[in-house]
Amino acid sequence: MDQPFFFHALKVDDKACIGCSHCMNACPTEAIRIWNGKAVIDDNKCVDCGECFRVCQVNAIYVEDNDFEQIYRFKYRVALFPAVFVGQFPEEIKVSQIYSELHKIGFTHLFEVERAVEILNESIVDYQENKENELPIISSFCPAIIRLIQVKFPSLVDNILRLGTPSDIAAHFYKQKLIDEGIPVNEIGIFYITPCAAKIAAIKNPVGEEKSIVDGAINLNRLFNKVYRNIKQATEDVLISQATELFSYEVLWTLTKGESSRVKGRALAIDGINSVMEFLEKVENREVHNIDYLECRACKEGCAGGILNPQNRFLTVERLNKRVSLNLKKNKQFSSSGIVNYKEYLNEKMILDKLVPRSMMMLDSDMALAMKKMVKAQKIEAELPGIDCGACGAPSCKALSEDIVKGDATLSHCVFVQNVLMQNGEINMETAFAIIDKIWGEHKVVKGSIKSGK
Amino acid sequence: MMQFEYKVEGGDFTNAGNASSEVKKILKKLNVSPKITRRVVVALYEAEVNIVAHAYRGDIIVEIDTEKIRIQLNDEGPGIDSIEQAMTEGFSTASEQVREMGFGAGMGLPNINRNADELNITSEIGKGTNLEIITYLNKEN
Repeated sequence: MDQPFFFHALKVDDKACIGCSHCMNACPTEAIRIWNGKAVIDDNKCVDCGECFRVCQVNAIYVEDNDFEQIYRFKYRVALFPAVFVGQFPEEIKVSQIYSELHKIGFTHLFEVERAVEILNESIVDYQENKENELPIISSFCPAIIRLIQVKFPSLVDNILRLGTPSDIAAHFYKQKLIDEGIPVNEIGIFYITPCAAKIAAIKNPVGEEKSIVDGAINLNRLFNKVYRNIKQATEDVLISQATELFSYEVLWTLTKGESSRVKGRALAIDGINSVMEFLEKVENREVHNIDYLECRACKEGCAGGILNPQNRFLTVERLNKRVSLNLKKNKQFSSSGIVNYKEYLNEKMILDKLVPRSMMMLDSDMALAMKKMVKAQKIEAELPGIDCGACGAPSCKALSEDIVKGDATLSHCVFVQNVLMQNGEINMETAFAIIDKIWGEHKVVKGSIKSGK
Repeated sequence: MMQFEYKVEGGDFTNAGNASSEVKKILKKLNVSPKITRRVVVALYEAEVNIVAHAYRGDIIVEIDTEKIRIQLNDEGPGIDSIEQAMTEGFSTASEQVREMGFGAGMGLPNINRNADELNITSEIGKGTNLEIITYLNKEN
């Protein structure tokens, strides 16, 4: 049934956090509260979309990734990376330079994950043939979207495409390829260079698979800085390149419409987690009909908008589009990656298990109790001011009323209620200050140290 | 038992679906299974759109207890001439304008029926239509 534990890659650095509540207001699943002056993420509600990371003013939200040095645990070190990685670099830096530098840094093999799209795309179209599919089929590509559906749209889990992602397929392919070349399996380390937090979470705690085929995730931002600096400092052009070109549709697959434009029937592409939620709401109500396929991406502009990308997303899209048009102009010879030779093997490996909902919307697992709590929460909400000021440490009056019935907060957390209680003589000034301190930390009401956290 | 009430305006397609969205949120909070939630919401949405498309105005009353969800939709409108005909798939009286908006494919009542455990309809020409949609919660297994 529902998984009791979910690993998350997004964490709060308590030392850096000033409890400013920007993240609380940005979180699309209302997973964040402020307590003791720090942001606290509810593991059950977080879908690893990274909206909190984007808005944090003091870099207190961080992504827990693997240390780069971990790659040396293995003799053979495969870097799987998405095409958007190349898109981070300025145009004058050639793809071959990037490949070359990745080698120098310590990877023995390099593979752009979109090269697995050739196989995946065909499998998706075959998958669409099945008349028993719940329509629309929702792409399984974005790990934050899968988690969002499990948590917030549980009735749509059966709509999720049960085929793996390009990175998973690429990992299966490359591992098997090296094994076939005679390399012992325990000497092969597969690392995915990721532009997103949700992918790190998915690698550590996969959905629809028992264990991830990928051995570790590497923060794209960190690696970019390392590679770019080396390229800048390089004095000679030593090009030991394995750079092979991707098909146009492979380069563009992770961008908005990259996938939806390659499937059968009526397909729509939706990017940005709030837009996705708005649309899935309609799908769940069956307000929209006759859509065959939905490409949903948590980030705007797809993976170009990933939170670990240093470059502006529109410039990344531009660079990838230029890569495509350049390839077409040059009429480049596409040297085979050899992945098609593994088609049968990969078709088997890419099937995902049935996904389970893990709805976190409920007030109580016992319906009778949930009904009581709902009645109570409605009464409480009616007493709250309805301005969603967030001073209680919850993102909205509704959220506070539900926290109260779940036993996670009290009515006096509301500053308006506090004033009323003081007027009625039910609490004194000291108590009111103590409540504020509990939520916002002791420094917030000390003159001159409101934001410093000291 | 909990009760919720919603109002529906005839011709207001922009807000058609508000009641079903609200009810969906409630059922999720009450830990009603996704399958049953979906059935209830689909049936209610169709019924809500029926009022918007055909009637002048209507009331929706949703009653929830631990056994069942009972939804009553009472509208003031032209009424249904032949309930039997309206229950036939593909039969529609909708105007061209309504069809262009993706409504009125003649699947309304049949679709409600498919997604309800019980469906009761009474209608009086020139007065309005009353629908009762009942979904049982423990019928799933």
